[in-house]
Amino acid sequence: MSKFKKKKSGDLPAISTASLPDIVFMLLFFFMVATTMRETTLMIQNELPFADQVEKLQKKDAVMYIYAGKPSARYQSQFGTEARIQLNDKFADLGDIKQFIIQEKESKREELQNKLTTALKVDQETNMGLVSDIKYELRKAEAYRINYTTRTGDAAQNMQ
Amino acid sequence: MAKRSAPEVNAGSMADIAFLLLIFFLVTTTIETDAGINRKLPPIEDETEPPQLKKKNIFKVLINQNNDILVETKGEENDMDVEEIRQAAIEFIDNGGQDCEYCQGDRSVKSSDNPIKAVVILQHVRETEYATYIAVQNELVAAYNTLRNREAQRLYGENFTTMEANFNDGGYEGNKELLEEKIKKIREMYPLKLSEADPKEVK
Repeated sequence: MSKFKKKKSGDLPAISTASLPDIVFMLLFFFMVATTMRETTLMIQNELPFADQVEKLQKKDAVMYIYAGKPSARYQSQFGTEARIQLNDKFADLGDIKQFIIQEKESKREELQNKLTTALKVDQETNMGLVSDIKYELRKAEAYRINYTTRTGDAAQNMQ
Repeated sequence: MAKRSAPEVNAGSMADIAFLLLIFFLVTTTIETDAGINRKLPPIEDETEPPQLKKKNIFKVLINQNNDILVETKGEENDMDVEEIRQAAIEFIDNGGQDCEYCQGDRSVKSSDNPIKAVVILQHVRETEYATYIAVQNELVAAYNTLRNREAQRLYGENFTTMEANFNDGGYEGNKELLEEKIKKIREMYPLKLSEADPKEVK
């Protein structure tokens, strides 16, 4: 009678995990497509302000990034809480911007060199004084096309 | 010889491998923000006499260190919230005091002559917050976009912002030269004249 006893055992059948790899692969592909590699490690807080009249940045390879904001918590003991500029992976001073622009320009392809855009990724709590200084340096370096990178959203959220 | 079937490969660890890859990508990548407000900076010029503008052709926005906004237009000064700037700017640009057939404003003598002469001046102090500045910039761009969209709709039955997006889109299949000409025409009707004064020092 053992034939019948076996069926009666109260154990639940194991849930098949055969489709688990498929699900995980699906997630993996989503993230591979929707995200980009991090190029610089941010050493500053970088909460961008909101705006809704935005244009998409064209041609990713013709963009130079300048970051500015307060140093993040782990760097505050060393660099203080005053807003600072970050170029590539380092904190920088205003005087470094011109050199940075020249270097970036040389590293790009020739046909792109006149079409370079500087994307300003500035934290929303930064004072305009610093931003004006950056803009003045950019004018000195003859990098006139700029883009204030923002998050897409209602601009009224900036005022809270 | 009897044909032996190949043993099945155990796929039990596939999920682990996939998880490993997934976590790697989660950690090393970011979702990029790649949109923003485009601006062109003016070149540095030698000290020249600033062109004399009539006061009625100026729309002046001042932001102070407490992020309060003051707007000077039509010979009045008003405190404004960010949301009010757009309407005020539209009224100013589109006023059409003289030589402007397509303007639909009040044609008041106190406000701008036409969109070509109208200049928006944005001034802030060093202590102004960046977020406020962007909010104001956004509203001013919105005012121009509203007017440009209106004219583009009237002339070409299409939104100006869509036309621009199409123009920048590499995969656009229409006639790009024609599109460029249309965009240029609209831009000439409502040129974006935004002047940014150097920040004032707070005394």
